[in-house]
This record gives sequence, C-alpha cells and structure tokens, in this order.
Amino acid sequence: MGRYLIDVRVMPRERLLDPQGNAVHHALAALGFDEVAEVRIGKSLSLAVDAPDAASAAERANVMCERLLANPVTEDYVVVVEGEA
Amino acid sequence: MTRVAVVRFPGSNCDFDALRAAQRAGADAYFVWHRDNDLDRADAVILPGGFAYGDYLRAGAIARFSPVMDAVAAHAEAGGPVLGICNGFQVLCEAGLLPGALMRNAGQRFVSRPVDVRIEGVETPFTASYEKGAIIRVPIAHGEGRYVATEAVVRELEADRRVILRYLENPNGSIGNIAGIVNRGGNVVGMMPHPERAADPLVGASAGHGVFASMMTSLERLKQGIA
Repeated sequence: MGRYLIDVRVMPRERLLDPQGNAVHHALAALGFDEVAEVRIGKSLSLAVDAPDAASAAERANVMCERLLANPVTEDYVVVVEGEA
Repeated sequence: MTRVAVVRFPGSNCDFDALRAAQRAGADAYFVWHRDNDLDRADAVILPGGFAYGDYLRAGAIARFSPVMDAVAAHAEAGGPVLGICNGFQVLCEAGLLPGALMRNAGQRFVSRPVDVRIEGVETPFTASYEKGAIIRVPIAHGEGRYVATEAVVRELEADRRVILRYLENPNGSIGNIAGIVNRGGNVVGMMPHPERAADPLVGASAGHGVFASMMTSLERLKQGIA
C-alpha cells in the first residue's frame, strides 16, 4: 500500500462557451499580451490516495471523476499520477 | 390537507419564500432538512433556490448526495411532483433527475432582475393553471443559469415539448432560450426564474403564484384519481 499524489484536471468541454476564460483573455489583451490566442479556465484538484499501486490509484480517481468531480455533460477531465507521497 | 415538503440544504436561501408561496396557495407546507431521509408523507417536493454547500465544486454537485435526495428520487420515481427552483434546478440536473446542466452565465455576471418568460408547457403539475403561451414576469437571480445539454437532448426536449418556460430575451446564454424544463415522466420540473418571489401582491408581483396554484390543483386531481 502506498499513498499516491494525483492531479485531477477538470476543464470545460472544448466546444462549450467559457465566459471566464474569455474575460481573462480580454484582460490579457488589454495588458498587451496579443500573442494569446485562447484562454480556458478549469480547475485542478490534488488528491492523496491510498492504493496498492499507481494504476489502481488512478483507476479510483477516474471513478471519482465520473461520480462527482466532473460533470459528464459539460466537463472533461484528466487524471495524472504525480508520484508517491 | 395537501402536504408540500420544502427541502433545506445548508446554503438554501429561498426556503422561506417557497414555503410561504406554497402556504399562500393553500398547502400544508413544511421544511425538511437535507439530512432527513424521509419526506414525511409529502405529496409534492420543492427544492428551493440558494447556494447549497456554497456551490462548491459545481452548483448542486454536493447537494445531490444529501441523504434527502434518495427520498426525493424515490418520490419522483413514483410519479410525485418535484419542483426545483434556481439552485433546486441545478441540484435536479446534477442528480440526473433532469437532463443537461447549468453553467456560468454567458455574460459572466450574476444577473438579478425581473424577466419575461413564456409558458410553453401547461401539462406539468406546476404550470397547469396557466394559459399556454402566457407571458409572465418573474425575477431571476443567478450566476450559473446558462442551460446546456447535448444536441440530442435538446432535440428530444423540443420534440417532446418538454421546454415549459422560455425567456423572451435571453439573459444568460441558455441554449434555445430555455428557462425551464420537465422530465420524461412529466412530474419533475426545473426552472431558473423564481416564481416564489413573485407570488404575493404584497411584494408587488404575483405572476408566479400560478406555479403554486397549479401544484395545488394538480395534487387535488391526483388525489381524486383523475390523471
């Protein structure tokens, strides 16, 4: 059994309007950062998960995303095992 | 006496308005705490507006796992009327009792003002006493009211005439100007506008009273066995 650090990144689905990202994009443009083509804002959750190995920790995190952490209608997610705590 | 349960989550803030609007329509309305797993013989259930659990993670995402939601799901499954207003609508979507989701307003701002909505579906327990096509002015107050769903779901909602409330002017970027919908069973309704805040001439607006009057009439018919 180990404790694995997992980063779950939840992002608004690609084709859906992200008004928060758009607002930040405009603010960056106002500051002169013209090179920014797009901004999208999601959230990142850091989990410390006890599991026999990294693969099963990731598997559990995926189930957590399906059930709670991401909304299947509006969001996509990525689970990354960052290492052992 | 017609029994109406108003569910309170930590962060609900339209609970008293909903209770009062239901009482004003003649219901024996009472509060049910989100930790209760029993609706106390409710004939209808109202999930009021507010910010359950501070809208943490996503609006309604945590509230849907409250113990009371199992009882609400069972009540809905049995055909019992359920109304979700604003945050209550968000909870019903998160719980899968209604399709789709409510996202951040397209304009990014929290919008709090009266809007005109058209009653497009009058075959639900919460709109039956309105005339089809009637336009009513009711308040909205939300930051996350942009209704979204897959194309297939939106097509189905439109084809089955399950969009029951539609904005005349879109305040939040909702697809199809959708302000309220009903489930396939015709008994679970979600709406972003707040009829309970416009249900008494005392506050200068009563166009929303019909939602609660509809509920009473429909429950009466259910009791008499007239579908």
